[in-house]
Amino acid sequence: MNAPSYNFAYLDEQTKRMIRRAILKAIATPGYQVPFASREMPMPYGWGTGGVQVTAAILGPDDVLKVIDQGSDDTTNAISIRKFFGKTAGVATTTSTAEATVIQTRHRIPEAPLHGGQVLVYQVPIPEPLRFLEPRETETRRMHALGEYGLMHVKLYEDIARFGHIATSYAYPVKVNARYVMDPSPTPKFDNPKMDNCPALQLFGAGREKRIYAIPPHTNVVSLDFEDHPFARYRFDAPCALCGAGDSYLDEIVTDDKGGRMFVCSDTDYCETRQAAGHRGSESAAPHREVAHG
Amino acid sequence: MTPLAELPAGFADKVLSAQSTFRAVMDAMARPGSVQRIAAVAGAPKGMMPGTAAIALTLFDHDTPVWLDARMSARPDVAGWLKFHTSAPVIADSSVCSFALFGDPRDLPPLDRFAFGSNEYPDRSTTLILQVESFGRGTAVELRGPGIDGTAMLQVSGLPRDLFERLAVNATLFPRGVDVVLVRDEKIVAIPRSTRLAMRGG
Ligand SMILES: [Zn+2]
Repeated sequence: MNAPSYNFAYLDEQTKRMIRRAILKAIATPGYQVPFASREMPMPYGWGTGGVQVTAAILGPDDVLKVIDQGSDDTTNAISIRKFFGKTAGVATTTSTAEATVIQTRHRIPEAPLHGGQVLVYQVPIPEPLRFLEPRETETRRMHALGEYGLMHVKLYEDIARFGHIATSYAYPVKVNARYVMDPSPTPKFDNPKMDNCPALQLFGAGREKRIYAIPPHTNVVSLDFEDHPFARYRFDAPCALCGAGDSYLDEIVTDDKGGRMFVCSDTDYCETRQAAGHRGSESAAPHREVAHG
Repeated sequence: MTPLAELPAGFADKVLSAQSTFRAVMDAMARPGSVQRIAAVAGAPKGMMPGTAAIALTLFDHDTPVWLDARMSARPDVAGWLKFHTSAPVIADSSVCSFALFGDPRDLPPLDRFAFGSNEYPDRSTTLILQVESFGRGTAVELRGPGIDGTAMLQVSGLPRDLFERLAVNATLFPRGVDVVLVRDEKIVAIPRSTRLAMRGG
């Protein structure tokens, strides 16, 4: 028998127990960053070792895993992580948002609505939303303890005074369950509303900073804003050039060396699923497929 | 006390049983009031339900001091089994335990004898594991809060009549507080500190 030299899903059982206990505490205190003893993983920190450890602690043989990076299933990072769990846990993998039970993500929330049987695991580089205001951990911890978020509001309001709008378009801070201010990871603020009242469990892992936090299903998540400057989702004012979607987050891609460019869905599964269903955009390379009606 | 060799076994497959048990506990915690089933089969000492044993094997270790109520303490096999299978220290001081196990929750002491964590570190708190008589009968309570789409209903028998009133301390002290897991055989229900409770007769 050729037993693998690593444990199921790579992590040893002692580490999994510690991470699992942290996840349970995180769920019980939505938005609070639970410290955990992050382990070295066989990949560099920039590759989402926090998310990988959370996924490794929850994953079972019946799970179907999807991994996305900037909305795409096909970046080097996404492919490596998918292969890693395919190999160490033998789990089925998919690119379909609907079919996945566990989705690990960097920088996006899928466009397709999530459902109650799913867990969304975020890779988080900097979990502390107050860090840029206050470098001292003891101070940010005290601010969270007291719910003292006035400085955060002042900073956002200064943005409005200076730029006419809030300049933060990624990692836009949210308040979870009317208590903790939380960093949603570097997702575009376009995705923030998807976190609110989401039927899926959302888990966040920061490897280098050794923090785990959570948003339980159906939890109130509000993007910080002001009465006279309400939160606004930013989106390019055009449909996707490949699938015609008018409701998705778009990436600008260069199409040739003459400066040609187009806007397409950053969520490749969403875009491909729409194209497979016959939706077309202005730049669709493929011929229009006959769509059966009725 | 039973010799070690005669203590009931732990999980047949440690890795996969711990994983599936954890997911049941995680789902319970993420959906307060919902009844989750622990599928993994574990040996358990007399006085400990299979669900309690599976949770212990999944979450306890040398980093998690465990406190036992009088009913659990009266069964010498319980402490021996816990130490043998999980290495968790069984301690007498409830105020610093990670987990507290109740064979008879009707004798639940005042909640402030357990750890609520601090405002800076609310995770440094006790999780109470209460073995109950049944779900679906007894005291009815309505739950609201994170993890619940609107409201959820829970009926439990075998708890102190005033437990749900006493858990109002979780609302007062949040984010400090205690998280509760109720166990009946292989079924579990969680009431994390974020859940708000209202009595509904019964
Ligand atoms: Zn598209």
